[in-house]
Amino acid sequence: MLENMPILSLLIILPLLGALVLMAMARFSRNSTGEARAQLDKNATGVALLISVGVFILSLLMVFQFDSTTADFQFVERVEWLGGGIEYHLGVDGISVLFVLLTAFLTPLCILASGKSIEKNMLDYMVTFLIMEAIMIGVFCALDLILFYLFFEAVLIPMFILIGVWGGKERVYASYKFFLYTLLGSVLMLAAVLWIYFYGQSELGVATTDIVRLQTLDIPAKAQTWLWLAFFASFAVKMPMWPVHTWLPDAHVQAPTAGSVILAGILLKMGGYGFLRFSLPMFPDASVKFTPLIFALSVIAIIYTSLVAYRQKDIKKLIAYSSVAHMGFVTMGIFAVNAQGIQGGIFQMLSHGLISGALFFCVGVIYDRMHTREIAFYGGLVKRMPIYAFFLMLFTMANVGLPGTSGFVGEILTMVGVYKVNPWVAAGAALGMILSAVYALYLYRAVIFGEPTNEKLADIEDMNRTEIMVLAPLAIFVIILGVYPSLITDVTAVSVDNLIANFNAAIGQGS
Amino acid sequence: MFYQALIFAPLLGAIIAGFGGRKLGDKPSMAITTGLLFLSAILSWIAFAKVGFQHEATQISLFRWMDVGDFKANWALKIDTLTAVMLVVITTVSALVHLYSWGYMEEDPSKPRFFAYLSLFTFAMLMLVTADNFIQMFFGWEGVGLASYLLIGFWYKKPSANAAAIKAFVTNRVGDVGLALGVMTIFFVFGSVNFDTVFGAIQNNNNDVQNLTLPFLGMEFNAIELIAFLLFVGAMGKSAQFVLHVWLPDAMEGPTPVSALIHAATMVTAGVFLVCRAFPIYEAAPVTSGFITVLGAFTAFFAATVGLVQNDIKRVIAYSTCSQLGYMFFAAGIGAYNAAMFHLFTHAFFKALLFLGAGSVIHALHHQQDMRKMGGLWKVVPVTYIVMIIGTLAITGVGIPGTGNIGFAGFASKDFIIESAYDAGHGGSAAGAFAFWAGIVAALMTSFYSWRLIFMTFHGKHRGKKKYLDEAHESPLVMTIPLGVLAIGALFAGFFFYKSFVYGANGFWDHSLPVGEHAEIAARNLYAAAGTTASDANYSGGHSYPGWVLWAPFIVSLLGFVIAWFTYMYKNGVEKRINAEGGPIYNFLLNKWYIDEIYDATIVRATKFLGDVFWKIGDIGIIDRFGPNGVAAAAMAGARRLSKFQSGYLYHYAFVMLIGVAVIVGLVARTVGG
Repeated sequence: MLENMPILSLLIILPLLGALVLMAMARFSRNSTGEARAQLDKNATGVALLISVGVFILSLLMVFQFDSTTADFQFVERVEWLGGGIEYHLGVDGISVLFVLLTAFLTPLCILASGKSIEKNMLDYMVTFLIMEAIMIGVFCALDLILFYLFFEAVLIPMFILIGVWGGKERVYASYKFFLYTLLGSVLMLAAVLWIYFYGQSELGVATTDIVRLQTLDIPAKAQTWLWLAFFASFAVKMPMWPVHTWLPDAHVQAPTAGSVILAGILLKMGGYGFLRFSLPMFPDASVKFTPLIFALSVIAIIYTSLVAYRQKDIKKLIAYSSVAHMGFVTMGIFAVNAQGIQGGIFQMLSHGLISGALFFCVGVIYDRMHTREIAFYGGLVKRMPIYAFFLMLFTMANVGLPGTSGFVGEILTMVGVYKVNPWVAAGAALGMILSAVYALYLYRAVIFGEPTNEKLADIEDMNRTEIMVLAPLAIFVIILGVYPSLITDVTAVSVDNLIANFNAAIGQGS
Repeated sequence: MFYQALIFAPLLGAIIAGFGGRKLGDKPSMAITTGLLFLSAILSWIAFAKVGFQHEATQISLFRWMDVGDFKANWALKIDTLTAVMLVVITTVSALVHLYSWGYMEEDPSKPRFFAYLSLFTFAMLMLVTADNFIQMFFGWEGVGLASYLLIGFWYKKPSANAAAIKAFVTNRVGDVGLALGVMTIFFVFGSVNFDTVFGAIQNNNNDVQNLTLPFLGMEFNAIELIAFLLFVGAMGKSAQFVLHVWLPDAMEGPTPVSALIHAATMVTAGVFLVCRAFPIYEAAPVTSGFITVLGAFTAFFAATVGLVQNDIKRVIAYSTCSQLGYMFFAAGIGAYNAAMFHLFTHAFFKALLFLGAGSVIHALHHQQDMRKMGGLWKVVPVTYIVMIIGTLAITGVGIPGTGNIGFAGFASKDFIIESAYDAGHGGSAAGAFAFWAGIVAALMTSFYSWRLIFMTFHGKHRGKKKYLDEAHESPLVMTIPLGVLAIGALFAGFFFYKSFVYGANGFWDHSLPVGEHAEIAARNLYAAAGTTASDANYSGGHSYPGWVLWAPFIVSLLGFVIAWFTYMYKNGVEKRINAEGGPIYNFLLNKWYIDEIYDATIVRATKFLGDVFWKIGDIGIIDRFGPNGVAAAAMAGARRLSKFQSGYLYHYAFVMLIGVAVIVGLVARTVGG
């Protein structure tokens, strides 16, 4: 049934259609106020939720149809598009398919969680969100270099809007900083994309932006170096890697809850995905050359940002810094270029998408009630909010990488993988195991335990049904993936093996 | 399904009480968790009989856990004699502690949560000991750490409890990093994390693995030694050995049943279990084994010195635990793995007994833990008094020297350890000789602090509020019954299981542990001297050891009692002692050799300092200043914002930091690249 359906296009178009419907709704009721306005907001949320759940179900069907015994791209769609060899070309393999699922899984949860906490322009907010979902799915499905680049950059626009319109007090500075960093990466990457396009034309004799074909190019080592660095500039900012990470804490602090969830859950993963889809296959020699740099930056990220996280006074900043540290495991695993490293890196990205998403939802729960993220404001919440305390404990432990949660699997796999290549790096990353416990337990204690001294917290209410509905699925998956990670690794195995084999063949040739 | 039921019953209890406790109510939650634990305990004794005496060791694979490339680990239940010993220890003590908590936690408002945590702990501990690979063991290892964290901090309103909980978790994590690196090294060397594969490869010396050297952190190491050492770092954390011991005394902030279960009988022995489970690694790692011997012996000594002067009844027992774990480790270090396991087994009974007895006292005295405010309690809590005496006789190793097993539980196991150490020393091992002497000296101190505890608590005049003494009463049956059961263990566990543990009689260990060289010698000497053969049970007296070796532990134990009696009993000694306390040595010991202070001044401070430096100077002062804000300043847009950060303080350090960062990146890239 699904074979003949352009399922990937559907996944992209469906949220866009939803956005159109909402825009139409907005147009017909622009001047409504009061009661009508509230009803409209409610309807908008309902429509957005319906659409995003539909997208999720569709993506689930896709994953069930996905054949994980082959490394080939599946559900491929290919249409002549802009001319000059630039096509509308979609497809997924074992590396990308689960990121599509993650996107489709997190979006409805975000929409559900936003119902109460967004205070203005609900309709526009939902429109923004659905458009962002479409673009994110596009990033992971695009098999055309230009198409990928467009999606990859375009996804920033709704995020800017999200932070700029619905963000906190310092939102202008935050989105400006975010913009500045990504601009640097984008410009360099665009130059590299163009270079590859022309080089491909001269080498292959035909103009093409087909990623699969471009991956077969044998680019001279010297050119690889520059191209790798140009792509790196973009991916490193997205991850973010140390030292281009300082936009992230600010962006998180200013973003609305759901914005933070998407930022941490999906956007950061695009950097890692980029390394896997472009840097390793297209520039293998340069990748080998720069592996020490990546390793060094990864270890620094893990230790440095963990220490910084420990000293934060703002809950969101703490979690943001912890994200940078966790992405250090990803980069180090990917550049170990072995089964455990890369699969561990992918696993860590997916797992961190769930865990950090959940942690930001958790922050949202108390922020909605108290409108502050200051750690010192809170304390003793367990007394009034036992359900909340339970969820936060679970996700804190997952963040710390406790075995039995998905956080452990990602960390141990990447460390095992990198150990084979360089025990120093594994040992440095292992220090992160201690430091993550330090900052995470410090946060938990300060917020949840102790005597509830702040009078304002005297009648704070525990999580309501909606909030539980948002966090429960995340909790379940964090545990399931922690106990049975093969759900992910069985899907990624063949594609990753293929990637590694091609990589080793390429560096064996020595271009 | 037998073993599945045994292992998963506590998990089921934890889930029911944890999630349903609010709906079910207190009593049903308690009944369910306790009932399932007793079921688990009964099944464990059946398993112990089946595996230990009918040799029905088995291995059950549940399902895949890790399966990435050649990195494979299953969820599995490996049941051999070594595991079976742990099963009975864990589930028996846990079941009794569950029952005891009915009384001890009577007035606590969140009983279901407490029982859920206890059961969760038990499950994690069972997963640890039934693992057939290092990854599942790591799961249990960190799982018990989590449960320990939750239970130490159970009274979450107490800042000291919260601090202790975090300290325990983080200190354990330091050890866990060692363990994790050890497991990674194992996978790197053997391409597997499965016990059977790894141990088999070592014992068969596949590819001459015993002589393989590895570069690690810039140095060349023998691969097996490196693995053995890294694993032991994990054991040091979990079993509170010197350097990483600091969390255990603080862990006494948790409710007393927790101290008995986790911080005396089970979790803290996980390190000993690890070394015994991985004995093929340690047999091939003589250097690390020597290190373990010395460190264990030193811990036995060190912790005992601190125990001499503590006034908190639970802390005395906590240091005692630390010290006894030291005995187990040096036994394992000299290759007497069965001696280590034997002491683990008997210690579980008498130490849980001492803790629960202390809990009974604390319960009677409105949560008073300071022994200076106790005294004269033996008439008030006679049952507690009697079982505490039994526990003390067990830990001080009272028995008839030369008979091996005619005595209290601790006599059989501790003297066996000391004799094994003597053998090792006699056989030329300097570490063994050191351990022997440290063991003797520590035994003297053990006897002193144990009797000091008894005298200060139960004898003399009551020094606390008279009102409390008048209100004090013996604990209810739910508390005294577990005490009685444990007392039976403290009385007879040594006597009954001596031959099985020490001698591996009738193939008790069934290859799960070697009846090691030294252990074998020790046992053989004992029997040979008696003019009998191993299988002959009717031996009596006499010995090929020099007589003083056999008598030394007994004599120092007696000496400890006498000194304690003269200090604390003779002519109303307690009050005199309390008033006379002071002096540099006393303060040095009372402050635990100032180790906590040293850690605070160095590691804790450095962590905070670095965190601040990286944040305020690294991120804000340099990266932001020269990055986005610098660009902004040029564009005039962000100028106003930038000024916020331009304090003189930052200017001052920014330059230094910039150079620092460049050097760090350069160095790291170089080492990593090299």
